Amino acid sequence: MNILELCDIFYSATGREILSGLTLCVETGEVHALLGTNGTGKSTLAGMIMGCHGYSPVSGEIYFAGTLINDLKIHERARLGISMAWQEPARFESLRVRDYLTLGAATEKPESSLRLVGMDPSRYLDRMVDRSLSGGERKRIELASVLALQPKLAILDEPDSGIDMLSTDDILRVLDHLRSGQSAVLLITHRYEIAAAADRASQICGGKIVCTGSPTEVAAVFKSRKCISCDGEACIDERV
Amino acid sequence: MNEFEELMTALGAAGGDREILQNQDVAHLLVIGQRIVSSRSVPGLAVESYETEGGVRLKIRLSEGVHLTTPVHTCFGIVHREGDQQIDIDVALERNSSACFIAHCLFPNADRVRHCMDAHVEIGEGASMEYHERHYHGPYGGVEVVPKATVRIGRGGRYTSDFTLTDGRVGRLAIDYEVDASEDAVVELTARVFGHGSDDIRIRERVVLGGLNARGIIKTRIAVEDDALAEVTGITEGNAAGARGHVDCMEIIRDRAVAKAIPIVSVTHPQAKVTHEAAIGSVDRHQMETLMAHGLAPEEAVDIIVKGMLA
Repeated sequence: MNILELCDIFYSATGREILSGLTLCVETGEVHALLGTNGTGKSTLAGMIMGCHGYSPVSGEIYFAGTLINDLKIHERARLGISMAWQEPARFESLRVRDYLTLGAATEKPESSLRLVGMDPSRYLDRMVDRSLSGGERKRIELASVLALQPKLAILDEPDSGIDMLSTDDILRVLDHLRSGQSAVLLITHRYEIAAAADRASQICGGKIVCTGSPTEVAAVFKSRKCISCDGEACIDERV
Repeated sequence: MNEFEELMTALGAAGGDREILQNQDVAHLLVIGQRIVSSRSVPGLAVESYETEGGVRLKIRLSEGVHLTTPVHTCFGIVHREGDQQIDIDVALERNSSACFIAHCLFPNADRVRHCMDAHVEIGEGASMEYHERHYHGPYGGVEVVPKATVRIGRGGRYTSDFTLTDGRVGRLAIDYEVDASEDAVVELTARVFGHGSDDIRIRERVVLGGLNARGIIKTRIAVEDDALAEVTGITEGNAAGARGHVDCMEIIRDRAVAKAIPIVSVTHPQAKVTHEAAIGSVDRHQMETLMAHGLAPEEAVDIIVKGMLA
């Protein structure tokens, strides 16, 4: 059964078509990697699923657990069970990590969420989620906040990018924990070694999904430059 | 309820603790209207207080080398709907002394109240003063508060102040602080104010880094909603080698409120450096969306962001 279905999605911004009839399904409880090079619309898709401002599709439908969610606001989608770890997480003055990790419908204890992302709770629980954290620390806390929510669908937007990035082992541990809690994961990345931990993978190119299968199969498509959209000219990633 | 009890209730509502007035180890001064109701000093701290025609005059001196381990509490209040209060204060911290002062300014029923403070502070060489000023003006907005202070910090001294008015209405607030920092001195000024209704907030803070390696920061956090107005002027002058200053102003506006930030930096020595940042806008969308992705409704998210900024 699919927890998420994106059907024939079109989206344009500043006169440029970014998504062109994209269709994608994520099954309940699966980790689904979305691979694509910079500028192919991966983060756009993440914002669209979460319901962020300015990311409404021009046409197409988004279903979550069988419910059409196109017109739902972010918090309404969150209450249905969608959450997201941003690629560039927001900073909050005077909001302690302890309080950030217990916001909303959080069920996991903040201590255990922090340990799962490789952080010592005694060092971080009373820190502020502000500019005093490094980029890497902030990203780990963002992941911990998603773990604390145990959502039905976790969107992880490039958890491996940036300075002081999480190690592959850290990310695999996060994915295992979400899996064990029956969460589905849409894992956005352009690193194959991360995507390899997924149950399935899809490649986005030219505003649409050009290939879906096992991570190995999708990687093979890249490597053989068999992308049906650009023939490998646009979507091949040197890191794959 | 008598005036004292009413003020103590307001003190509790503003986060204060009336028990400090009974504690023999804690210095305090309680002024209601134009009367000195209660005061206590501690060894090393000399306090002279006089009732004047319009309010109260205070002279506070901390002896050389004395480090007070508990804060000195002052409480200035007017419990009637109308009234005037003029507080004139001279504070001197002799060399290598240190103390923390907590001032509670309470006007819980104010409809036509004016409270003015004129303070002169001298911080001796190596001395350190922390000053926390917490206001509660009640729900009516009928208060005019005009705090004015001049502070001089001796070599290696430190002055830290924070002004907080985040509960209830503001009324009209006009802060005017001037701080001179000499060699190796450090100054930190923080103000946090939440304006509603027709509140009028004017803050002018000037830090002069006149001594070698003097350092200073002016940090202002303002939220205004309804028809409130805020204007923040942060001035820092770097006039000596190694002087380092920063002006940091953040304001959030909602509804029809208006906010202005005027950071002024002036450097007259080639080895001094002063920076500034100012941000005014509605609640940050990325912050909002992040909190909403945790299931918080928009109004809950705004509440957390504003409270966090003012905390």
